[in-house]
Amino acid sequence: MKLITAVVKPHRLDEIKEALQAFGVQGLTVTEASGYGRQRGHTEVYRGAEYTVDLVPKIRIEVLVEDDDADQLIDVVVKAARTGKIGDGKVWAVPVETAVRVRTGERGPDAL
Amino acid sequence: MAPAAITLAAEAPKLSAANTGFMLICSALVMLMTPGLAFFYGGMVRVKSTLNMLMMSFISLGIITILWVLYGFSVAFGTDKGSLFGWDGDYVGLSGIGLTQLWDGYTIPIYVFAVFQLMFAIITPALISGALADRVKFTAWSLFIALWATIVYFPVAHWVWGTGGWAFDLGVIDFAGGTAVHINAGAAALGVILVIGKRVGFKKDPMRPHSLPWTMLGAGLLWFGWFGFNAGSWLGNDDGVGALMFVNTQVATAAAMLAWLVYEKLRHGAFTSLGAASGAVAGLVAITPSGGAVSPLGAIAVGAIAGVLCAMAVGLKYKFGYDDSLDVVGVHLVGGIVGSLLIGFFATGGGQSDAQGLFYGGGLTQFWKQCAGVGGVLAYSLIASAILAFLIDKTIGMRVSEDDEVTGIDQTEHAETAYDFSGAGGGAAARTAVPSPVAQESKKVDA
Repeated sequence: MKLITAVVKPHRLDEIKEALQAFGVQGLTVTEASGYGRQRGHTEVYRGAEYTVDLVPKIRIEVLVEDDDADQLIDVVVKAARTGKIGDGKVWAVPVETAVRVRTGERGPDAL
Repeated sequence: MAPAAITLAAEAPKLSAANTGFMLICSALVMLMTPGLAFFYGGMVRVKSTLNMLMMSFISLGIITILWVLYGFSVAFGTDKGSLFGWDGDYVGLSGIGLTQLWDGYTIPIYVFAVFQLMFAIITPALISGALADRVKFTAWSLFIALWATIVYFPVAHWVWGTGGWAFDLGVIDFAGGTAVHINAGAAALGVILVIGKRVGFKKDPMRPHSLPWTMLGAGLLWFGWFGFNAGSWLGNDDGVGALMFVNTQVATAAAMLAWLVYEKLRHGAFTSLGAASGAVAGLVAITPSGGAVSPLGAIAVGAIAGVLCAMAVGLKYKFGYDDSLDVVGVHLVGGIVGSLLIGFFATGGGQSDAQGLFYGGGLTQFWKQCAGVGGVLAYSLIASAILAFLIDKTIGMRVSEDDEVTGIDQTEHAETAYDFSGAGGGAAARTAVPSPVAQESKKVDA
């Protein structure tokens, strides 16, 4: 199994959710996040005093998938998240040892 | 206040129900300015200082009201003693005043005048608090405003508005408090912060406003209440001067807001909401002394000039390194000075007095009088406030500890937090709000 994590622009959430549903993903976790990549943040002005705001609002989406589906799923997320502008985010995958469905106790792929 | 111009010399003034009702409403409007100010300031501080900012204004409603009744009204508006302060035994505790006894030369009862002026006495110390955000002990602040009102505000109100006060006798024009309220508070703010110093992290940490909607709401309430402040300051409605003041208040405020926004767009690239709120307040401040003396076109000029100059002035603190947290100096001191001095140029001679400014054929006579009023109040307030702050700092201490300041003054001084953002009990309030199992157990036993 793999855990796919995507840190992306908040306004792409709906597109990504729809794309994941179309792909057949059953569940996902969404968290509000903030951070920056190469683009850094933005500048705000209060009575002439300028503040550089480093951390930009992002959302973090996490999905557990079977190994075979991982690459394809990453492509689906990337496609749905992409705007072509700076700050689109990142997607990565890490191996997962096991997963358990809490209600039934099912393990591994059955728990997905 | 202006000399009695309402009634003919031959007939004694009679109580006017219309003017009395009007003035009671104006007093209520001015009262609303203090909570308005609390929200104007409260939105501009960080989350952890919100309640302290609100409380610094609210406590003024408590303390100054009591002092005013006890002796403040007597010192400000009692019989003149040497042009410096007043005293009248009947005003002490407002004890010797008849229900229908009229304020000298006017058609409203003394009680009405006393309560109208009380609202001015309340908001003036509250104005100072914006400069002291995040870092002053609440007890020290409470003591400071009690002493400051006694030593600075009550006498200065007498100088400017009291019969026999030196500025009043000199012919200084201050319709509704540019000198007595705004320059006075702005200079005091500067005096105090020069003594107590900067916030921890000034110029290093971001100290962005936590709720600009609050600030705009506060500015809106101030604008609304200011009609009572300004239009009420003629103490009646018999000759149209109060109405001129109402018009000028609106006009100058609009002009100042626009001027601030345009300056900001050119200089910093955006029309900000904080700029709109600040510009409006700068215009209100500037028209306060001048609105009874200038025409509506003059009010546009006063507002626009104040808007630009105050927008420029708020940057001074970074240049000179004094930490005027919410720009009391930049907005109230500078705005008050601009409004007071511009009377010397724009006074038409057709409003509250026949004094004319430079642009209306009056030469510079009035301008020099205005300079004397501004300079006198500024110097006295600055020095007296600095000494007061110094003495309080040396005795009970003016500032909270650095630790407490970083933790947040709301939690350490008021044992509260403004917001509970965390469902898991992140705020202090949330932690204590959950009854402990032991307490629940004993309740069951009692039942």
